[in-house]
Amino acid sequence: MDKKITISQEKYSSSWPLKMAWRESRKSRGKLLLFIASISLGIAALVGITSFRENLLEEIDEQSKSLLGADFSVSDNQILPDSLFNKFVAISSSQSRETFFSSMVLFHGGGTRLTQVRALEGDYPYYGEIETVPVSAAQEFRDGRHAIVDEKLTIQYNVGVGDSVKVGDVSFEIVGKVRKIPGQSSVGSTVAPVVYIPAQFLDATGLVMKGSRINRTAYFQFDSSADTTGVWTDIKEQAEGLGFDVDTIEDKKDETGRAFKDLSAFLELIAFTALLLGCLGVASSIYVYVKSKVQAVSVLRCLGMKASQAINIYLLQVAFFGLIGSVIGCIIGVAIHLYLPEVTKSFIPIDITPKIYWPAIYVGVLMGVVISVLFGLLSLVGLRKISPLSAIRAGFESTKIQWDKLVAFIGLLVVGFIFFALWWQLKDPLYALIYTGVLIGSIFLLFGIGKGLSWGMKRVLPTSLSFVWRQGMSNLYRPNNQTVVLVTTLGLSTALLAMLYFMQDLLVQRVSMAGENERPNTVLFDIQSNQRDELHEITRDYSLPIMQDVPIVTMRLLEVNGKNKNEAWNDSTARVPGWAFNREYRVTYRDSLISSETLVKGALLGKVQNATDSIFISLSEGYAENLNVDIGDELMFNVQGAVLKTYVGSFREIDWRRVQTNFLVLFPEGVLEKAPQFHVLITRIDRSELSAMYQQAVVQQFPNISIIDLELILKTLEDVLGKVAFVIQFMALFSIGTGLVVMISAIILSRFQRMQENVLLRTIGATKNQLWKIIAAEYFFLGGLGAIAGLALATFFTGLLGTFVFEFTFVPDLLQIVVIFFVVTFSSVTIGLLNSRNIIRHSPLEVLRNEL
Amino acid sequence: MPSILSVEQVSKIYQSGSRTVQVLDDIDFDVQEGKTMAIVGPSGSGKTTLLGLCAGLDSVSSGSVTLNSVLLNKLSEDELALVRNKYVGFVFQNFQLIPTLTALENVMVPLELRGLPGASEISEDLLSRVGLQDRMDHYPTQLSGGEQQRVAIARAFSNNPRVLFADEPTGNLDEETGKAVEELLFEINKEKGTTLVIVTHDIELANKTDQIIRLKGGKVAN
Repeated sequence: MDKKITISQEKYSSSWPLKMAWRESRKSRGKLLLFIASISLGIAALVGITSFRENLLEEIDEQSKSLLGADFSVSDNQILPDSLFNKFVAISSSQSRETFFSSMVLFHGGGTRLTQVRALEGDYPYYGEIETVPVSAAQEFRDGRHAIVDEKLTIQYNVGVGDSVKVGDVSFEIVGKVRKIPGQSSVGSTVAPVVYIPAQFLDATGLVMKGSRINRTAYFQFDSSADTTGVWTDIKEQAEGLGFDVDTIEDKKDETGRAFKDLSAFLELIAFTALLLGCLGVASSIYVYVKSKVQAVSVLRCLGMKASQAINIYLLQVAFFGLIGSVIGCIIGVAIHLYLPEVTKSFIPIDITPKIYWPAIYVGVLMGVVISVLFGLLSLVGLRKISPLSAIRAGFESTKIQWDKLVAFIGLLVVGFIFFALWWQLKDPLYALIYTGVLIGSIFLLFGIGKGLSWGMKRVLPTSLSFVWRQGMSNLYRPNNQTVVLVTTLGLSTALLAMLYFMQDLLVQRVSMAGENERPNTVLFDIQSNQRDELHEITRDYSLPIMQDVPIVTMRLLEVNGKNKNEAWNDSTARVPGWAFNREYRVTYRDSLISSETLVKGALLGKVQNATDSIFISLSEGYAENLNVDIGDELMFNVQGAVLKTYVGSFREIDWRRVQTNFLVLFPEGVLEKAPQFHVLITRIDRSELSAMYQQAVVQQFPNISIIDLELILKTLEDVLGKVAFVIQFMALFSIGTGLVVMISAIILSRFQRMQENVLLRTIGATKNQLWKIIAAEYFFLGGLGAIAGLALATFFTGLLGTFVFEFTFVPDLLQIVVIFFVVTFSSVTIGLLNSRNIIRHSPLEVLRNEL
Repeated sequence: MPSILSVEQVSKIYQSGSRTVQVLDDIDFDVQEGKTMAIVGPSGSGKTTLLGLCAGLDSVSSGSVTLNSVLLNKLSEDELALVRNKYVGFVFQNFQLIPTLTALENVMVPLELRGLPGASEISEDLLSRVGLQDRMDHYPTQLSGGEQQRVAIARAFSNNPRVLFADEPTGNLDEETGKAVEELLFEINKEKGTTLVIVTHDIELANKTDQIIRLKGGKVAN
């Protein structure tokens, strides 16, 4: 009798698992809604952002020629020498020259405004166009005393075609309004609205004088027949060697792409946060789903189904509904993508025509299905452990995820998937590794906090508490408690969401600087020395404070420790960057530090007594690091023709965000007083009418003096930030939505544990009120601790990011923390109570029949 | 007549924390093919555990169980699943229908698992036999307790099992419905020539079987 008989296995039809999966899902689809919602929201954010990014890059690629308007440009604040200009001309078919500078202009009617005056000579742009109304104005202004003016200025100052605008000493007739110029966003044009004039009238304006900050750009169009091999590189290097900035279409493309890299990277981080929360949502909702299927699986196992067959059936369901969720997510993602260019068009200098980016959709669908299967498998493999015995013994089965080799293998796959998905998204393996590591570390930390809470509660729960509180709190450590799972999921979703908010605050905080009372808000620059006294008088006439009056001397760096640019370039130990020699330095002199400066090393030399004394200058700490110099090192400057030897005397830490005139290099008094210089005056004007009157008076008297109204710039910046913040918050909504789904799934998990005992409590006489309180107490502690743990993590990581990435100290906003704490805790309690309302409202028998 | 189920010196021990609980101790019996047998005894005497061991739902701590000449001790869980699918039928006290499948689909599952053709026709015939020809497309929640147990009986016979195990088949039904289900179970069992093993508290039901095993404290009392 003890022979072992071989049991032959008939093969069931290959379509049967599909059929069974379909049949089995019919009455369970409601339960999969949370799962579909998780995957949809995560994929929507991913597809939306990826499509937007790719669309933007594609447009930059396509519009790169019109971003520069030419094949290449050569810029500097000095005139391109004829010898060099002719070399560029030799390889070009067309050339244009543009001189541009900031200057106040006076409109017909008396309005004044700081603008960017562009004096153009030639047929620029060669690609794209200066968009004007009327269209012919873009050409017409070049002949005669005509100007075209930014459209916003014409609205603001109520001027139109036929009116006049005075630039310096010359009045021009406005022949058109400028809508768009190559490479400038509408925000850019708000900060520095443009006025184009013909170059032949530039000298007559009287604005180009010694000390004026004038920029010059020459634009070239390649001659297609010219041989540019080798020649081009040679001339380019020669020009760059002389300090000229040579920009090609590729450079412009990279520069534009880089400018929006941060925003795009932050949006991608949000999208990935939504996706990660989606993964968490998938894992917890499938865990809930599997839990509801335990009895069915045990019966199927009794009827002869193998464990692998059972897993296959539910895996097919998960993959199918994951596919549906992904498709819904892709549709929402495409809608986001169509909407984003509308919001971003004011601060991105590219016309984005939304195009469906199919690879993002394919990847979205694939990723959705892979996430569903992978995160679903974590729970589904638990079905292997379901014994058919539980069909005849109720309560026999535990569905906790038990670690074994297979679960560990799937866990590794999950970690690997997160890493590779992050790598794909962030395009950087190190960032992906750090993010994955931080994520896993956080999960373990939260797991530990959850365990600690259970352990601690068991030891400190006061016996003097009322039954209701004791019962609610002891649910945190009793067998089958959900403390660890809930604290981990709630904590992680809170941490991810809170970090988004904190980071957003951090970024906004970085740029919101002035505007507060007593801070300067108006800067006047390009003041010639002989205009100072009279300007001070006008300022005092308007009862305005002279908060700072700073002399500025321009100079160039010649040598560092005896090595000039070429020697430093060839000496690998010198480590002095090329830009340090190429740039023009605007330097001041005074005998003491100002409020935005702190001395960090050395001693400040206030004044040089004798002409023969050594000159000890003070450098900004960051600049000194870049130059690789220390106290006592020697720097040689060319001060507009005169060579000046100096020594590094001290380092200063500078708060660049303060509205002050801050300088990389500070000279002592007694050295630069006789050098050609101009001045900057800083004041504060509280009323906009007074500001307009003062500006008008200054411009009429001194057309060369430029005035920056910081209030206006701040308002524009705030407007831009508002729009950027809106985009960020809009995308963050997806993370919040997914976080909510995770929270609901996590709380539904606990229903299975609490249902039976709540029914029993009702049976033995607990009132509804008592049950509500018990449930509220339990979820209050779970939600509260999850929120505290998540907020602590978010504060810690935002602090780290602030210090090491943004170089800014993150000071958490207590009110914001309290609000997040209450929102998470209140939501947990509310969802917990709503989730239990059936158990409390209906009779115990009814509940047992329907739910158990 | 050959023995279809043979239980030899079977013991079952569970570990409960640090405590060892002996649920069954040295159980021996044989059931002949086509016969009926009842396992009776007070609560906690090990009836359900014994049923689980006989049906291949659980493994013995010592001794052996042979079902239809297959020694269950040596089989893996997947092989046991095949044994259950080919040779065993179950009727449970709480019916245990899959709530997401219709009555017809519930009956079809064992046949479809084996890949047998005509699963639908066989199942429809069986449901008609138990008087549910008009309720085939109903879900378990739309059926009364008696109707659910009739579906369970149809499902239990759908794969023509050699042995049908019934765990308190009338335990969740009122007396009248219980009697009707009981009669149906015995009738179909007789028609199909299946061996029937019933776990019950109901002495009246036990007395209708050919053989009774009385358990007390994990041991055979008769």
